[in-house]
Amino acid sequence: MASDIKNLGLIGKKIGMTQVFDEEGNVIPATIIQIQDNIITGIKTKEKDGYDAIQLGAFASKEKHLTKPERVSLQKKNLPLLRKLKEFRSPEKIEGLNIGDALNAEEFFKDLKKVDVTANSIGKGFQGGVKLHNMGVGRNSHGSKSKRQIGSIGPGTTPGNVKKGKKMPAMMGNRTVTTAKLKVARYDAENKLLIIRGPVPGKAGNTLFIKAFGVRTWNHYNKASA
Amino acid sequence: MSQQIIKLVENTVLKKNPPQFQVGDTVKVKVLIREGTKERTQSFEGMVIAIKGGGINKTFTVRRVFQGVAIERTFLVHAPKLVEVKVQRKGKARRAKLYYMRERVGTKATRLKEDSSRIARDFQEKLIAQEQNEGLQEEETSEEVAAA
Repeated sequence: MASDIKNLGLIGKKIGMTQVFDEEGNVIPATIIQIQDNIITGIKTKEKDGYDAIQLGAFASKEKHLTKPERVSLQKKNLPLLRKLKEFRSPEKIEGLNIGDALNAEEFFKDLKKVDVTANSIGKGFQGGVKLHNMGVGRNSHGSKSKRQIGSIGPGTTPGNVKKGKKMPAMMGNRTVTTAKLKVARYDAENKLLIIRGPVPGKAGNTLFIKAFGVRTWNHYNKASA
Repeated sequence: MSQQIIKLVENTVLKKNPPQFQVGDTVKVKVLIREGTKERTQSFEGMVIAIKGGGINKTFTVRRVFQGVAIERTFLVHAPKLVEVKVQRKGKARRAKLYYMRERVGTKATRLKEDSSRIARDFQEKLIAQEQNEGLQEEETSEEVAAA
């Protein structure tokens, strides 16, 4: 039996947002995701690699945009040059899928209601405690010296250090986040577009990783096998 | 490229024959509403005071003064729930947005001068013919006499 591709994932590209109408005629906010050919670039097996997984590649690339190791690894398998590679774990041995095939996105989205989307969020730069952690602000007048300060960071000489994990100003955004349970409005197989209700992380043009909602995570497999 | 793809998606939900009307027109808007499992249409009559946006985001605002209380409703032109927009009366508007109607009181607040352009006249004739068919009325006949 061929492996269920719904346990795997897909690589997509965020196009942008608009609004569409649902079956009842209500307006819904929509994110458009382009799913170009997802070509299977590698298959990992439990015997050889310690886990079952599939490696997918997307976005055709020019030779000059890839490093030599990237280029050679693809050329060795007679694959087209691809910019983005991503591994998706599988709960069972990969069967019925071969290197060089394109993953059938239409089959993936058939009867699929909800998805999880993972992407790099928009970077906000180095931000203070007020914006980053919702800390309170001080007075703005009457000689205030703590307008947007973070305030006290802990006790004094005893214990003489700051608690680990103390919330402080830091970089905000620009990290990998997953938005779960996003409703699929529809999949347009002709134009290879996925339309999702609501926003997804990142800017237009970003690479997104799409998994069916409810598919178990990497950690789960680890625990199950241990 | 991205914008083209967004347009592609939007075009699939746009109406092929969107309702035709202009700012200043008095229109009757029919909207589908759902009550439990039943569906029925609700109509709303008033003057179009603004048309905003474009593409899928095109909206129009209808203003009606009812028992001294003004009601304004905004509709999406391409919404599937918007069944029909029927022009009752062409108005003569010299602005794109008739927000000044909000400041008006009394009979002035509800009406604009009628548009005397050809389209409006054609429409008026059709309306008269329609009303005559229904077995109405003195006003129209007297107007016809005057015109003759």
